[in-house]
Amino acid sequence: MQPLNRRQMAWRAAQDIEERSLVNLGMGMPVHVADYLRPEADVFIHSENGVIGAGPLAAPESADPDLVDASSRRITLRSGAAIVDSVWSFAMIRGGHIDVTILGAFEVARNGDLANWDMRMPDKGPLVGGAMDLAAGARAVWVIMEHTTRKGGPRLVEACTLPLTGKACVKRVYTDLAVVEVTPAGFLVREMLDGLTPAELQARSGAPLTFAPDCRPLAAPPLADTE
Amino acid sequence: MPIDKRVKSAAEALADVPDGATVLISGFGGAGFPNVLIHALRERAAKDLTLVVNSATHRFSLTHELIEAGLVRKIVCSAARGHDKGLSAFERLWKEGKIELVCLPQGTFAEAIRAGGAGIPAFYTAAGFGTELTKGKQVRRFEDRDYVLERAITGDLALIRADTSDLYGNLTFRYAQMNFSPAMATAAKLVVAEVRAVVEEPIPHERVQLPGTYVDRLVAVAG
Repeated sequence: MQPLNRRQMAWRAAQDIEERSLVNLGMGMPVHVADYLRPEADVFIHSENGVIGAGPLAAPESADPDLVDASSRRITLRSGAAIVDSVWSFAMIRGGHIDVTILGAFEVARNGDLANWDMRMPDKGPLVGGAMDLAAGARAVWVIMEHTTRKGGPRLVEACTLPLTGKACVKRVYTDLAVVEVTPAGFLVREMLDGLTPAELQARSGAPLTFAPDCRPLAAPPLADTE
Repeated sequence: MPIDKRVKSAAEALADVPDGATVLISGFGGAGFPNVLIHALRERAAKDLTLVVNSATHRFSLTHELIEAGLVRKIVCSAARGHDKGLSAFERLWKEGKIELVCLPQGTFAEAIRAGGAGIPAFYTAAGFGTELTKGKQVRRFEDRDYVLERAITGDLALIRADTSDLYGNLTFRYAQMNFSPAMATAAKLVVAEVRAVVEEPIPHERVQLPGTYVDRLVAVAG
């Protein structure tokens, strides 16, 4: 089977969100999780700019320049939504009121260290936004990222080489090849792409993997990758 | 004379801003940027400004005008990356060592302003512990977790954007326009609000999102 594309990875993560969760979705791949939430889950999506209950993107004709998410996208509100200021929005994050945040990442270490904000791009200014607050404050931190870099290097690593966003915070990683839990004993593979062997997945990873006895095939419905 | 905080123009509202002022500027995610006031500050041309603003530059904000005009000495923010592939106005001057940068996690940035307006000189947060952004800051363990000591932020001037005001300066905000405005209004000595409309009748108390006692000057702008 083909590795999951970006939308399929978002779909896979969306299936694990529990009913009535308050969820924060990071920029990039994680925002697509909103498109695949199970309707019966009745999830509230939190955006750092203070929107609690963000709905789908607004149609161009009804878009309002003041109704935006943290990525400046013009959105709608779901039923029961509320809007607060930035202080309250981050008190919500820091105070442990966000059930799950799903973030993109460059690297995740076997102890759960997260590197997702600084690729050390020459000349570019730093952009941390709310990533460190989410990493430190959300009740669960999940990551969606490709299993390896474009050059084929591992992103699941022994220790992060890029600047950290947070220490020992990641609980679960969804990649194009596997679903991996971060446990006190390191990376535990819960699901793996059909046709891949444990040795092949290990070869694409920079830290030891263990495989759950009930490790299942990683699968997602066909979804066009729009990016 | 009854209270009426309206001033005739943004220029008049900012006529006494001195060189070296620390200016808090609202706006995030495309909403709540006080662009008429930012432009007027550029015209006022006070120098050596410190900007406390979530994004150093943002495609919907005019802060780049202040930066390009060489009026800014220091920026405190959570995002300092330009939108385009090339260098932003900020990135160029920062690389040349002409603008000092302080980058904070966004929640720490917000809470530091809140603390500044609430008489709290510093606070502990777990955000950023063990990262480059908090290097050198005091760390203290409470229960089983490590926290970083962060200092409060206050300013000389806050430029904020709201939807509607009454003559007392009571403010309402549309949708996500609120973001940093309420906190910034508590943390600055002089608070100037740019609003879409000023209404003569007092806004009903239960609809007031920022009490007018925090607001010094009002500028009504089109749109």
